[in-house]
Amino acid sequence: MNDGSLVALVALGAFHGLNPGMGWLFAVARGLQERSRALVLQSLPAIAAGHAASVFVIAAVVTVTGSVLTSRIVSIGGGAVLVGFGLWRLLSRRHFRWVGMRLTLWQLACWSFLMSSAHGAGLMLLPVLTHGAVTAPGHAHGMTPGAGSAVTAAVFVTGVHTLAMFIVAGTIAVLVYEVVGLAVLRRAWFNLDRLWAAALIGAGAATLLIAV
Amino acid sequence: MALWRPDPTFYPSPREAVDAPPETLAYTAAFDRSAQRPDAIAVVDVDPDSTSYGSVVGWTDLPNTGDELHHFGWNACSSALCPNAPHPHVERRYLVVPGLRSSRIHVLDVKDDPLKPSIVKVIEPEELAERAGYSRPHTVHCGPDGLYVSALGGANGQDGPGGIAVLDHDSFEVVGAWEADRGPQHLAYDFWWHLTQDVMVTSEWGTPSMIEDGVNAELLLGREYGHALHFWDLRKRRHVQTVDLGDEHQMVLELRPAHDPTRTYGFAGVVVSVEDLSASVWVWYREDGEFKARKVITIPAEPADSSALPPVIAPFGAVPPLVTDIDLSVDDRHLYVSCWGTGELKRYDVSDPFNPVEAGSVRIGGIVRRTPHPAAPGLPLAGGPQMVEVSRDGRRVYVTNSLYGPWDDQFYPDGVGAWAAKIDSGDDFTIDERFFPHGDDFRGLRPHQTRLQGGDASSDSYCYP
Repeated sequence: MNDGSLVALVALGAFHGLNPGMGWLFAVARGLQERSRALVLQSLPAIAAGHAASVFVIAAVVTVTGSVLTSRIVSIGGGAVLVGFGLWRLLSRRHFRWVGMRLTLWQLACWSFLMSSAHGAGLMLLPVLTHGAVTAPGHAHGMTPGAGSAVTAAVFVTGVHTLAMFIVAGTIAVLVYEVVGLAVLRRAWFNLDRLWAAALIGAGAATLLIAV
Repeated sequence: MALWRPDPTFYPSPREAVDAPPETLAYTAAFDRSAQRPDAIAVVDVDPDSTSYGSVVGWTDLPNTGDELHHFGWNACSSALCPNAPHPHVERRYLVVPGLRSSRIHVLDVKDDPLKPSIVKVIEPEELAERAGYSRPHTVHCGPDGLYVSALGGANGQDGPGGIAVLDHDSFEVVGAWEADRGPQHLAYDFWWHLTQDVMVTSEWGTPSMIEDGVNAELLLGREYGHALHFWDLRKRRHVQTVDLGDEHQMVLELRPAHDPTRTYGFAGVVVSVEDLSASVWVWYREDGEFKARKVITIPAEPADSSALPPVIAPFGAVPPLVTDIDLSVDDRHLYVSCWGTGELKRYDVSDPFNPVEAGSVRIGGIVRRTPHPAAPGLPLAGGPQMVEVSRDGRRVYVTNSLYGPWDDQFYPDGVGAWAAKIDSGDDFTIDERFFPHGDDFRGLRPHQTRLQGGDASSDSYCYP
């Protein structure tokens, strides 16, 4: 994996962590409901775990497929899917629904998994996955490329991305809970959905361009 | 079109909503009892600095007749900020306006011309019947995952059960009935929730056959109108518990849960006790995992000469207060109780919800008293304070005088008239002499619920304390 890919991976993690809809806001809400900072802190790993699971599914599918097929086919196919999904996110007016507020940590992780999957969090990593990640970790350890190293690559990508997401989401959650207060939502909750959709389309286009 | 930042009328918490700017317009449902002319949404100027303050400045006729507009609500509110299904970039711009008699649901856009809302969609009764199995839609609340609309009646030839239909947030199409398991619930009326606790509460009036021809003395004395609260799991959509208030307490109508999402209590108004014609307000609360309810306010009937009473209550020699609406201020401090029979609006300090303290009262209208408005001291008024709406800052309280077509006619047989009033709620509690739209201002229609521009005390739910 080259430095550029790593930076992209971390940046996308930070972007996902920043989005209130991806979980930090839920952690804050749970803490405020019970007036407990501990609950904020407990919620964050569950949210990160759900996010990681969602990203890992995509990362594993792409890297394992990539170890069997040529990366060009994966890139073109994946890129097309990504552009399509991004356009759907941009144009669709449906929003995610999960009706409950009182969730166990396990349910919270499931919520996070569904939320990340519905928003295509893993798909957004496609350019990184198809452009270098398949070979990098395996080669670093002198392993031959194959399904095994592909899974290792997927774990690596998921880990780096989720760590960045977790740090950003955690920092914001604690800051909002302890210092800033939720009034900030009214001013600073920008419509990331559109930016998000644009990022998906951009990622898909980039994947296609590199492949073709 | 989605916004780049949250709709400025959304507030994360009731604490912040209290600081919202004062409303300048109010939307009031008005209906034609004779069903000859279309019902309408009247737009009232509530900006005290305006030259047209206190008058009807806008009007939108509905496309049909005989709808009987009653309650209505916004397409989106502060619940859009809830963390589990956030969608803060939608706009609060549509009023969702059911016809209680016609079962049509209208969607009005107030953004382009706030003085003349435009009708953008009409959901016909057939769609509500086919998809949800309900009729007589009533209360509308903006939920985190859709619009919830309670309905008093069944459909497709069924009188009941009534229940709740869910409408899509964006297309306003009827998605279906909300209940996965209604348990013993049959009667419906109002509903609201403890959103952060996954608790739904519903109340009971009666099915269409029990109410549409007026209050039925046989049913009333037989104690067959609703007298229970129902508690539900909001997430699983299942009935959890019935709390019976006692069958002498007939007609459990408005539900006002605490706005503070960390609290688990709320107020329910009961119209009349068949034992002594008193009205009451109850608090529900949760104790050891069980919901319970306790009567915290009793308002006695006022003795009156039978000859001064309409036939429906003449045999009793007393005027029942008929508590038909209550409203809780956003800071959960004041509860407003309208006594439509005796013509009184009471204010209670409910800082301790289990021990309300009366903190003001105004008289206007009433079956016997006919108290005039201070702006027109020579004009006796029929009807009484009925629908109550409270501004988000809690300083202004708006009331209208009509209850429900056939019931208006029974209790005010010489005509219920049409008027609205505003009460200033501060250290004092007094009727605003400058605010009195009445009579021809409503063009012969009867005013019912009022919604305030940007939200009010009964429109928004909050997910953060």
